[in-house]
Amino acid sequence: MKKSVFLGALTVAGLAAGAAAAGTLDDVKARGKLNCGVTTGLVGFAAPDANGNWEGFDVGVCRAVAAAVLGDPQAVEFVPTTGKTRFTALASGEVDMLARNTTWTFSRDVDLKFDFVGVNYYDGQGFMVPKALGVSSAKELDGATVCIQTGTTTELNLADFFRKNNISYEPVPIETNAEGQQQYLAGACDTYTTDASGLAATRASFENPSDHVVLPEIISKEPLGPLVRHGDNEWGDVVRWTLNALIAAEELGITSANIAELSEGTNNPEVNRILGTEGNLGEMLGVSADWAKNAIMAGGNYGELFEKTIGENTSIGLARGLNAQWTDGGLLYSPPFR
Amino acid sequence: MSDLHSHTVAFVRDTMLPQKAPPGTSVGVVGWMRENLFSGWFNSLLTIAAMAFIYLVGSIILPWLISPTWQAESLGECREILAGLGREGHFGGACWGVIRDRWIQLLFGFYPPESYWRPILALVLLAVALAPVLFSDKVPRKLIWFSAISAFIMPWLLWGGTIWTPLAVIAGFVLAYFVYKAVDTAAGALAAIIAAVVAALVWWLFVMGPVSEALSSILPLGIEPVESRKFGGFMLSVTIGVVAIAGSLPLGIVLALGRQSDLPLVKAICVGFIEFIRGVPLITLLFVASTLLNIFLPPGTSFDIILRVIIMATLFASAYMAEVIRGGLAALPKGQYEGADSLGLDYWQSQRLVIMPQALKISIPGIVSTFIGLFKDTTLVSIIGLLDPLGLSNAIRADADWNGIVWELYGFIAFLFFVVCFGMSRYSMYLERKLQTGHR
Repeated sequence: MKKSVFLGALTVAGLAAGAAAAGTLDDVKARGKLNCGVTTGLVGFAAPDANGNWEGFDVGVCRAVAAAVLGDPQAVEFVPTTGKTRFTALASGEVDMLARNTTWTFSRDVDLKFDFVGVNYYDGQGFMVPKALGVSSAKELDGATVCIQTGTTTELNLADFFRKNNISYEPVPIETNAEGQQQYLAGACDTYTTDASGLAATRASFENPSDHVVLPEIISKEPLGPLVRHGDNEWGDVVRWTLNALIAAEELGITSANIAELSEGTNNPEVNRILGTEGNLGEMLGVSADWAKNAIMAGGNYGELFEKTIGENTSIGLARGLNAQWTDGGLLYSPPFR
Repeated sequence: MSDLHSHTVAFVRDTMLPQKAPPGTSVGVVGWMRENLFSGWFNSLLTIAAMAFIYLVGSIILPWLISPTWQAESLGECREILAGLGREGHFGGACWGVIRDRWIQLLFGFYPPESYWRPILALVLLAVALAPVLFSDKVPRKLIWFSAISAFIMPWLLWGGTIWTPLAVIAGFVLAYFVYKAVDTAAGALAAIIAAVVAALVWWLFVMGPVSEALSSILPLGIEPVESRKFGGFMLSVTIGVVAIAGSLPLGIVLALGRQSDLPLVKAICVGFIEFIRGVPLITLLFVASTLLNIFLPPGTSFDIILRVIIMATLFASAYMAEVIRGGLAALPKGQYEGADSLGLDYWQSQRLVIMPQALKISIPGIVSTFIGLFKDTTLVSIIGLLDPLGLSNAIRADADWNGIVWELYGFIAFLFFVVCFGMSRYSMYLERKLQTGHR
């Protein structure tokens, strides 16, 4: 009977917040389900299919963590959050982690008391214009009307960019991406600006995508990554190293196809350590020895997940770019598993 | 010569003429059109202009609506089908494939498919339960007992769990009734009401939980529980709407009476509540429900989000309802109050028998407006991340197959809401006609 503790609990809420948040890992294990905060819908990153199953790149991170902790990638309760409710949902313990294209910024990390455990997608803000406008660089957009989502970091980046280049613009405020698409197509603005991944998805949905171009300038850094509450380092470690395991698996050539074979033992000690056949990394983390194996099997390694949800063979068609392994000139660089 | 009229004029008809058919220009279609559409040059001009406008709009919308894309699997496929028919461009045609693919989701949200019969049965129960309330002259009065019981069955059907929970809730009412009876004879009506409320609250808050748990461990009768997170789509709107409507009317009546009370404390509380709620936007209340409560409650306390939203929506609607009913009360002539008093009725009797029936009748249009507004306001929950139809439309667009679809989804959702709201509005007009007693 949880309601009976209602009144008394109010008074000790502050104390309890510290105490209860200390054991998210144990909470998740006891619950048998991971509560994972996702967006209410973002193409390629998180969306429910017709049967209500969530799919996407961020969803894949949730499933990997659930597989690592509970051994079952389906043991996730997806909690849709909006840009306005996401941080309170995490801070209040309604969700155990957020995987919803949230930019890692100083104030969110420090002031809002969250821990970003890593970056699962390096994004940046770009511009899309109709080809007919004849613009080839964002610096030529002097005096343009710009469709811009209000209340996001993109709005601030836009102001910074135009001020820095000493050109002017006229904002057309919009609320959602769908509204942005419609306004842009209806010609209410000369250019639409949002994260480059969002622009690619939007452009892919147009009737004639080739009539529109995404300008080469990327005007901001948007490292998107999963985050957890401040102060629960055990849980933060679990999420961080699950993400690292996905990245390292791609670097070391562990795929969902060969993982069964590799987990019988290989000559590469790091692969063995990740897959739990050597060392006791799982034990240190407080999860089972085959945690990383489960995580990788949930949706494949980082590269497989990328290709399946947002990669070049999907309708969104994002190139790896900055999100390639460091060995391929990208920024993905997992610390060693040792 | 006589002075008779017939003798002073040359001809007088002495037989009645048979009735002639009216001229062709004033009957039938032509007559109707002459009278209603072309009764003067100005009206004729307006008619032609209006027809041209209707044709213009219709000629764009109808071909768009009639579009053979029902089987399409993605927006791209829709475009291919339409391009194959030579219909391209922005107004080429609707992409109905998204509705075929997602209509069940728009109706039921994430509710487990094997349990769809439960919300459907709950809806049927709701229709039957509403019959004695809405059409009291056409169905047997005894059915009202069925309505009272379904009020407990329906939540059980929707959320599932053990059968003992709704039974224990009913037991609380029974307990309150007996406490009322016992105290009423001993210490008077007011004390009896207070004692009954206290007894019921104690039962619900402290005793009911363990009792129903104990009973379910002895005799585990129940159906699969469904979490509130699984609620979505139109079902969520209807759930919030129906509960809030059913709760806000009685609460609104109480608040309206309280506002007119002579007891300063009661009056102050009611006025304060009404003015506070009316002074705050619903969105703010929803944010309080979804985020602020979360911060104050300890982590891990699962105070159901949908329950929180329902409570907020009910409180919000009841404040408006109170003002609508106060309008009805104010419209009653003072003589009605005095007449009731002179009959020797006490306060509750006069309210029940004389004042309320008339005041509510006057307020019907306002009450139904509030209901309709409340029902449409349920779409605001998409802002706090609940997937009502509008929230789902965004989630569906996030599917790469359907990214870029706007009008079809909004049109379908608008149609669903229109059916319900229009039904409510027609019912209120029927009720007004039925209760018409010729005062105007």
